[in-house]
Amino acid sequence: MPDIPFLKHAMAVDDNLVKIRGLRFGYGRGRLVYDGVDIDIPRGCVTAIMGPSGTGKTTLLRLIGGQWRPTAGTVEFDGVDVHRQGRRDLYALRRRMGMLFQNGALLTDLSVFDNVAFPLREHTTLPESMIRDLVLLKLDAVGLRGARDLAADALSGGMARRVALARAIALDPEMVMYDEPFTGQDPISMGVLMRLIRTLNDALGLTSIIVSHDVAEVLSISDQVYILSGGKVVAQGTPEAVRGSTEAHARQFLDGRHDGPLAFQYPAPLLAQDLGLGAVS
Amino acid sequence: MKSAWQSLAGLLSGLGRATLFLFQLLAATPHALARPRILIRQLYMVGTLSLVIIVVSGSFVGMVLALQGYRTLSGFGATASLGIFVAFTVVRELGPVVTALLFAGRAGSALAAEIGLMRATDQLSGMEMMAVDPLRYVVAPRFLAGFIAMPLLTAIFSVMAIGVAGGYLIGVSLLGVDPGAFWSQIHANMHPLDIWQSMFKALVFGAVITWIAVYQGYHAAPNSEGVSSATTTTVVASSLAVLGLDFILTAFMFR
Amino acid sequence: MQSRALEILVGFFVCLGVAAIFVLTFRVASTDNIGGGGGYTLTADFSNIGSLSPGASVKLAGVRIGSVTGISIDPKTFQAVVAMRISDQHRDIPDDSAAKILTAGLLGEQYVGLEPGGSLDALKDGGRIQFTQSAFVLENVIGQFLTGMVQKGSQSSGSPGAAPAPATP
Repeated sequence: MPDIPFLKHAMAVDDNLVKIRGLRFGYGRGRLVYDGVDIDIPRGCVTAIMGPSGTGKTTLLRLIGGQWRPTAGTVEFDGVDVHRQGRRDLYALRRRMGMLFQNGALLTDLSVFDNVAFPLREHTTLPESMIRDLVLLKLDAVGLRGARDLAADALSGGMARRVALARAIALDPEMVMYDEPFTGQDPISMGVLMRLIRTLNDALGLTSIIVSHDVAEVLSISDQVYILSGGKVVAQGTPEAVRGSTEAHARQFLDGRHDGPLAFQYPAPLLAQDLGLGAVS
Repeated sequence: MKSAWQSLAGLLSGLGRATLFLFQLLAATPHALARPRILIRQLYMVGTLSLVIIVVSGSFVGMVLALQGYRTLSGFGATASLGIFVAFTVVRELGPVVTALLFAGRAGSALAAEIGLMRATDQLSGMEMMAVDPLRYVVAPRFLAGFIAMPLLTAIFSVMAIGVAGGYLIGVSLLGVDPGAFWSQIHANMHPLDIWQSMFKALVFGAVITWIAVYQGYHAAPNSEGVSSATTTTVVASSLAVLGLDFILTAFMFR
Repeated sequence: MQSRALEILVGFFVCLGVAAIFVLTFRVASTDNIGGGGGYTLTADFSNIGSLSPGASVKLAGVRIGSVTGISIDPKTFQAVVAMRISDQHRDIPDDSAAKILTAGLLGEQYVGLEPGGSLDALKDGGRIQFTQSAFVLENVIGQFLTGMVQKGSQSSGSPGAAPAPATP
């Protein structure tokens, strides 16, 4: 392709930061987690990916981050195919993404301050005084400036996630991915995290992806929602549109019904047959 | 029949994975030198913290060897050779081997557990997503530290066993072997080559133990069973590897 | 600061380890034959060296003064050339000294024993010891002993035809 600046620019202002097309992925042989999934993550928005447990929502984030490879299909980040990059280019791409792991994934042998400083020290040559200022600013954004000297393994779950969030935005990424940010949180820290995700997204001009199954919380803060089930997208659109979805899988998930397209019973022979009653009659 | 083939294939693929991992690890190792702080911390973890167990067991091994050697040698009226008996046994075999076994139990298991826990708590994935290669940041410094620490620990073990608290203490102070004879026999028969071969063995053992430990930790299943089985496998596999390698190395050095 | 204490402890460990290696190399092992450092070389030709190997001791009056550094074959005479490194404190070994290959005990390792001569001139670096006695090879000695017995027997029996018969099969 000719190297024409304005063309590149035109591509760069595509509305979608992440484009997933025809994604297929399976663990080992057999079980497919994704069977042809198309997802667009628009810039500047909070996009939620929801679905029952076991639908591989976390897997999706690892595929976007290039940690795992899809069996088929493409994942484009800002017009670049994530899985066609060499190691160096992939690492350069990852610096533009932040990721918040379910438990925070803080480095347990470092303090809170050093955890947030870690990506800055690894990827920049900034003087220590400037790193200090940056770290304190990021910690202030998540309200933990005062906790800078605590050991990372002495934090509560909610605080650890906030520190991890400060670390994820340390390098001013364009996108932050949240892996189950609300799981196992009490209502207060859940509220704190929800507010943080929304305000950071808007204040820093981020693009956010939240993977979760906490329906009420996620629908209240997201701009766009995808519901995955059985390896496919079963509903998508604004929170209102999704709430009104009539698709059976989506309904079951949103309403929390115990039985539906996803059966309560794991596939099994008839009970009478299993108990040996069929033979008697 | 089919399952035998499958287990053979599993064994081969495991070996292949471990070998490829070793190449990646060796490629990453120079980067460990660029982060001296982490290297120092790891040297503290595997080296300084192993000092006590090495010093104590070195002393006891030397004392036992002196007692046993004295009993055997006195049957031939050759107790003057007690020094060289203890020295050869320690330098050629027990120094590197016992140090390696203790190292596998003390440092190897700790390494596997630590890295396995980092895997289980997504710390390794987190680094990857921060565009930091965990092989360079986490694994390589630990590998290098083990490689450096083993010869030093072996030397300390040997000195304790032969001279300071082991053979000399029991042989000379308790059993009344002439100190002059004790040392002169050692001087006359111990060759510097013996020491270097001992250090070479220690280097090989250190590399193999830390390789197994970091491999097991790095590829542990990300849950508590995964971590505990990585720890157990590390100790078992590296102990067996040390004993097997010791035979091969000794056969090569045998003159 | 915590990391300072850590550094000191690691430094302590490394010093201890390096010191231990030095103690082992220079105090425990004999240092008179480290390659290149100190000492001078002598050679001696033997018609048979038995199982002498590099690293074996060179002793004078039973005291170790050096070690065998190399063994080769003289292409002309087909004799074994044994190179020895002798420590510097024994500079004045007479040049008419003899070298023997001896065995420590009945079944022990073989070593080179030097027997000083009476000359006033000392052997120099690279010098050659002229008088040598080869290794005691059990098979040869038994062979000689048996031949002697047979010869003795043939002489005493007085029948000259008896001895050559087995010698020409």
